[in-house]
Amino acid sequence: MDKGLTLADVTISKGGAPLLSLSRHIAPGEVLSIMGPSGVGKSTLLAFITGTLAPDFTATGTVMLDGMDITHAPAHQRRVGILFQDDLLFPHLSVGANLAFGLTEGGSKVDRQNRIKEALEEVGLDGFADRDPATLSGGQKARVALMRMLLSDPCGLLLDEPFSRLDSALRAQVRELVFARAKARALPVLMVTHDAEDAAAAGGDIVTLSPLH
Amino acid sequence: MKSRRLLPVLPAITLLAMLGPVIAGLYGTVLPAFGHLPAAGLTGPTLSPFYDLFDWAGLPRAVMLSVGVGVGATALSLAIVALLTAGWSGTLAFRFLERLLSPLLSVPHAAAAFGLAFLITPSGWLSRALSPAVTGWERPPDLLIVQDAWGLTMMVGLIVKEVPFLLLITLAALGQSDTKRSAAVAQALGYGRLTGWLKTVFPRVYAQIRLPVYVVLAYSMSVVDVAVILGPNTPPSLSVYIVRLMSDPDLAMRLQGAAAALLQLALVIGALIAWRIGEAVMAAFGRRWIISGKRGKFDPIVGGLALTAGGICAFLVLAGIVVLGVWSFAGYWSFPNFLPDQLILRNWMRFGPGTLEALGETALIASVVTLAALVLTIGCLEAEYRYGLSLSSRGMWLLYLPLLVPQTAFLPGLQTLMLNIGADVGRLPVMFAHLVFVLPYVFLSLADPFRAWDVRMGTIANALGAHPDRVLWGVRLPMLLRPILTAAAVGLSVSVGQYLATLLIGGGRVATLTTEAVALSSGGDRRAIGVYGLMQTGAALIPFTLALIVPAIVWRNRKGLRHG
Repeated sequence: MDKGLTLADVTISKGGAPLLSLSRHIAPGEVLSIMGPSGVGKSTLLAFITGTLAPDFTATGTVMLDGMDITHAPAHQRRVGILFQDDLLFPHLSVGANLAFGLTEGGSKVDRQNRIKEALEEVGLDGFADRDPATLSGGQKARVALMRMLLSDPCGLLLDEPFSRLDSALRAQVRELVFARAKARALPVLMVTHDAEDAAAAGGDIVTLSPLH
Repeated sequence: MKSRRLLPVLPAITLLAMLGPVIAGLYGTVLPAFGHLPAAGLTGPTLSPFYDLFDWAGLPRAVMLSVGVGVGATALSLAIVALLTAGWSGTLAFRFLERLLSPLLSVPHAAAAFGLAFLITPSGWLSRALSPAVTGWERPPDLLIVQDAWGLTMMVGLIVKEVPFLLLITLAALGQSDTKRSAAVAQALGYGRLTGWLKTVFPRVYAQIRLPVYVVLAYSMSVVDVAVILGPNTPPSLSVYIVRLMSDPDLAMRLQGAAAALLQLALVIGALIAWRIGEAVMAAFGRRWIISGKRGKFDPIVGGLALTAGGICAFLVLAGIVVLGVWSFAGYWSFPNFLPDQLILRNWMRFGPGTLEALGETALIASVVTLAALVLTIGCLEAEYRYGLSLSSRGMWLLYLPLLVPQTAFLPGLQTLMLNIGADVGRLPVMFAHLVFVLPYVFLSLADPFRAWDVRMGTIANALGAHPDRVLWGVRLPMLLRPILTAAAVGLSVSVGQYLATLLIGGGRVATLTTEAVALSSGGDRRAIGVYGLMQTGAALIPFTLALIVPAIVWRNRKGLRHG
């Protein structure tokens, strides 16, 4: 079947009232931006795709990732990476241990250490492995969060307002980095954002959701 | 994989562990109260246990003591805490008092009561401090202060312990609603600090602390250890009378004891209903007071009184612990000398081995019970997170139920029930009995921080391919180390302080620091009481100290976890 992320007739309702409906296919390396006012259910859609939909919502439709139906798969087996507006690095783990948490299982200890070292080098953070994440700057944290997610070898990427906490200079830089890495790994990307600039920079289709009721 | 099958049933197991003994105990109380006690060859139903009880000449006085001390201690504690918070929250003085009172929460009731007694008896520390210079006393005056017939000392003993409890509960409630701005708006409208807070914030806060206030009321009405140490003897309060009847070698006395236990239950239920009605009445007065637009002329006076009362509470507990310590090293100590004539180690050498044995028993029971409570609590909260099996607001009542049913109403029944089915008393049943009281406190202590954890952390970890179990053990629990250790310290101190559960369910064969210390009260050996009381305080305080130190050391290089 098709590579990429497919949402087939996805409808999410709250208390019986439909919130949003969407049917799209995102090819590998492509970005689909979803815009719309707050409360329209953008983040809820992402929760549905990651398998963490709150119990007061109901959803119909199918989510396919690289031809696999993941609609009802457990959250940890979906291979869908996600980045939020906060870095959400685990505060009790060092930068290196955060990356090791994300890195797929297997490989020798040295092997794993090397992969983490390479990942840090890839985003210009050489030698940061033993640092406390709380001592990093906003841009550094965002880069670690990105690499942690990529090391888990996802097949698709979700972005939930990922750049809105960064100041404008840093914003363009981190945005470019995220899209470039996603493209290099041929990941389908679904981005939810308020910001028209983010959506334009993504270069893909833009869907604007409006309240159904 | 095992946890996947176990986790969904943990909430049910928790409810069973918490409510099972209460329900079984009440059942075990009702039967003998109506004359049914097969173990003593008695079968009912008959009303004679109640006739025997009502024939006791001391009953009216015992009932009055129970109700008067319970309602009085609760009302005064609540008033002190409300006025203190109203007049001073956000100030330096308040923060100082808060720091002082928080650790006092863990001091066992019995130790605080002994300390208070050693301060205020005619030959106590306060009298020594003022004699003969101020009072002119060359020898202790012949006054009955401790164990006074009205139970006033007993009421003070309860207040000094309930004020820290209600204060911490109030502070937790304050954090949950936007109270600072309301108070600021009221002040901008010309209201005094204290009046403004009472009119705008207190109604919201009270709605949140209502259940803990009920717990204080039920507890104060039925407390045993504080009543034994500070309360009158002839007659004693109803709860002490129940324990006397239950400890009588004549099994038939248990029938009257069970009848008295049912009376105690009825009194507490009646008092709770009356309190509820009182709330409505106070609310009506409060609304009139709000509409009157009065800005609070007397704020400085009332606030000053509240601060003084709070300070006295802190002083009485702290100085009480110090005087326990002094007595534990005291040799000959003549009146009115402020310090002992000689300081010796002999008391510790004499009572030390005994306290160590009791400490071992105390620590074993407290550790096992607290560990069980933590496992059940974390299991419940994790099941809530994973499967949405959450407690409704009605469920919160279930959590408070073991704390609202008076101990003297169901523990005697539990003991009788065990006697009837031939179950052995001893350490294991004592642990189950402690769990009834430890579980609610551990749950209440851990629930808020556990639920406040950012669930997006879980989403991220799941998205990184981590199984829910790995998220729990690898991310959530380490991040929550501090609140988990605090909850453990709360659990340990609750278990250390248990008197009645240990005494009745242990059948007198389980000797913890608390049962040993309270048993000493009739003998009046102040040196022995000093040693045991200090050990008891230490056993409850050290876990709290560790709960502060351990996370600070473990996470010394993790700035993100240093606060909260």
